[in-house]
Amino acid sequence: MKKRFLSTLALAGVAAFALAACSSSGDTESSDGAAPADGGGDMITVGFAQTGSESGWRSANTESMKTAFSEDNGFDLVFNAADNDPAAQIQAVRSFINQGVDAIVIAPIVEDGWDDVLQEASDAGIPVILEDRTVSASDDLYASWVGLDFQLEGQKAGEWAAETFTEPTNMVVLEGTTGSAPANDRATGFDMAIEGTPIEKIDSQTGDFTRDGGKTVMESFLQKYGADEIDLVYAHNDDMALGAIEAIEAAGAVPGEDIMIVSIDAVHDGMQALADGKINYIVECNPLLGDKAAELVKAVLAGDSVEKRTIVEDQAFDQEAAIEALPNRSY
Amino acid sequence: MTGIFKNRLFWPVVSLLTLVVVNTIARPQFIEITMRDGRLYGALIDILRNSAPLMLVALGMTIVIATRGIDLSVGAVMAVSGAVALTIIDGSGNPGSLGTVAVAVVVAVLVALVLGVWNGFLVAVLKIQPIIATLVLMLAGRGVALLITGGFITTVNSDPFSFIASGYVLLLPVAFFISVAAIAVMSLVERRTALGVLTEAVGINPEASRLAGVRSRGIIWSAYIVSGTLAGVAGIIYASNIKAADANAAGLFIELYAILAVVLGGTSLSGGKFSLAGTVIGVLIIQTLDSTILFLGVPSAQSPVFFAIVVVVVVVVQSSRVRGALSRASASLTRAKTDTDDREKAEVAR
Repeated sequence: MKKRFLSTLALAGVAAFALAACSSSGDTESSDGAAPADGGGDMITVGFAQTGSESGWRSANTESMKTAFSEDNGFDLVFNAADNDPAAQIQAVRSFINQGVDAIVIAPIVEDGWDDVLQEASDAGIPVILEDRTVSASDDLYASWVGLDFQLEGQKAGEWAAETFTEPTNMVVLEGTTGSAPANDRATGFDMAIEGTPIEKIDSQTGDFTRDGGKTVMESFLQKYGADEIDLVYAHNDDMALGAIEAIEAAGAVPGEDIMIVSIDAVHDGMQALADGKINYIVECNPLLGDKAAELVKAVLAGDSVEKRTIVEDQAFDQEAAIEALPNRSY
Repeated sequence: MTGIFKNRLFWPVVSLLTLVVVNTIARPQFIEITMRDGRLYGALIDILRNSAPLMLVALGMTIVIATRGIDLSVGAVMAVSGAVALTIIDGSGNPGSLGTVAVAVVVAVLVALVLGVWNGFLVAVLKIQPIIATLVLMLAGRGVALLITGGFITTVNSDPFSFIASGYVLLLPVAFFISVAAIAVMSLVERRTALGVLTEAVGINPEASRLAGVRSRGIIWSAYIVSGTLAGVAGIIYASNIKAADANAAGLFIELYAILAVVLGGTSLSGGKFSLAGTVIGVLIIQTLDSTILFLGVPSAQSPVFFAIVVVVVVVVQSSRVRGALSRASASLTRAKTDTDDREKAEVAR
């Protein structure tokens, strides 16, 4: 807890510095308790521009990156979280270039607007690895991308549903934030997988990826159709599924039995609910991209050729698998 | 009859009833209330229960707006209060005990009160523009809440705590009783004592009321304290509803909905006269509108537009200028008609 507090403080300091950096670019940025970037010894100095700390998933992702790029592994990590401000993030990447880091890892907040700064990095001979999200700029400008396939996640969830429900089934969907890539792709993947099955999508509304949103929307679905008319809930993330569980219980039905639930993410609370039998199936959205990113950085710096796109395979859990996996989960 | 039309609550109530009627026509089960497991169950009950956080926040906002102020920090205060309460319950050895929950709730509300004191200090003593003064906490508060929860969503299984939002007493949800209690206390304090009139005086002309002997500083300060405290209670209800402290999502944009509820209820943003009953109706309109979107099955992508259109219509209907123009137009039409009638009569006579 104390360590997390300190790192958050350091993070706030870096963010404040990023704001001030407009007038004083060229100065070294304070790093996460580590020495300034001087490339001392055999250490590989890596600048990591994170989006911010908007969700539990993101926190786990940051932790994973920090662990993978630790001093023990031969890295000197310069960390920056941009608080979801694209301009601040580009500024942070520029300051990485000015510091002359060996490699840059970016989790881009938005897809557009990266051409110039990526060109600058390429001119300075600094390889760039993208993590999680991607950019619209030409793929000559970065070395590699490591991330997840949201559509495949939706498809896996859909395949489970298609196998489980062979009789006419009424399904409601709790969508993620309207227009966001995970919401769109998870919907597309799922719909493709259940095409031609007796599963009918009777309603679909956004719960904004939040527990409160999931609960409120599910309450309305239950009022609108009645608990008996709904057989399956597909939630685009665990938090909404957890909200839906509350709503289903309040309506006097049993989640996981009367109304089955399938969701995506596999965060700790979701896995707990799965182990408790309240959710029926979860497809993982793995935030632990750090090791893969560190591997790519080392390979690129060693001059090895690497794949342009690396998709980290997501696991899927049913209730037994969740009980088994739960004690060893790191997030 | 004209008395009813002139009442400033007339149009808000009409808007609310229209929404209920539209919902009922679309899906008759909207209005159904059944008994289930010894409590009332139905969409209308859900609206009453789910409106509690917005109700508390909007009541506080009404008083702040009456003093010519605005409190943008309410959502962040909700997040902080939920985070404090859940962290205490989660950290204690016995999350299910009533004592733990009571301590957690009291501490969380006290923290919210202190945040209100801070806002009030900035506005009433340092004379910083309210929108800027409360913006500080709006931006910083959520960060503080994230710091408290360590960036994760803290979840607890505590029956006494979830009772606050999900429990039932005398057939009705506990959360509903909390908002009724808040409404009752606020109305008593503001309308049965001179405080309401003094608040309005400060809002209409702070300088004149100060010269007249009204302690405007204390009144403004207390308005922000009330707003902060109510937001703290709202944060508890929100957290209890999902049994978790979601620092990113708790109370997100609620300040805007609260301001909207106050305005729908007929209180002017320029301060002065306020209507608590109007705010109550305003909150119910917003909550019913939320349900309407789900009941009519408006697709997610279009729902903000639908929401906006309904709000614009409601606001335009309430605008006294628009209604004045309409009644003038109809009056002149009738006059024109009488004129032609007279002329025709005259011609017949000739």
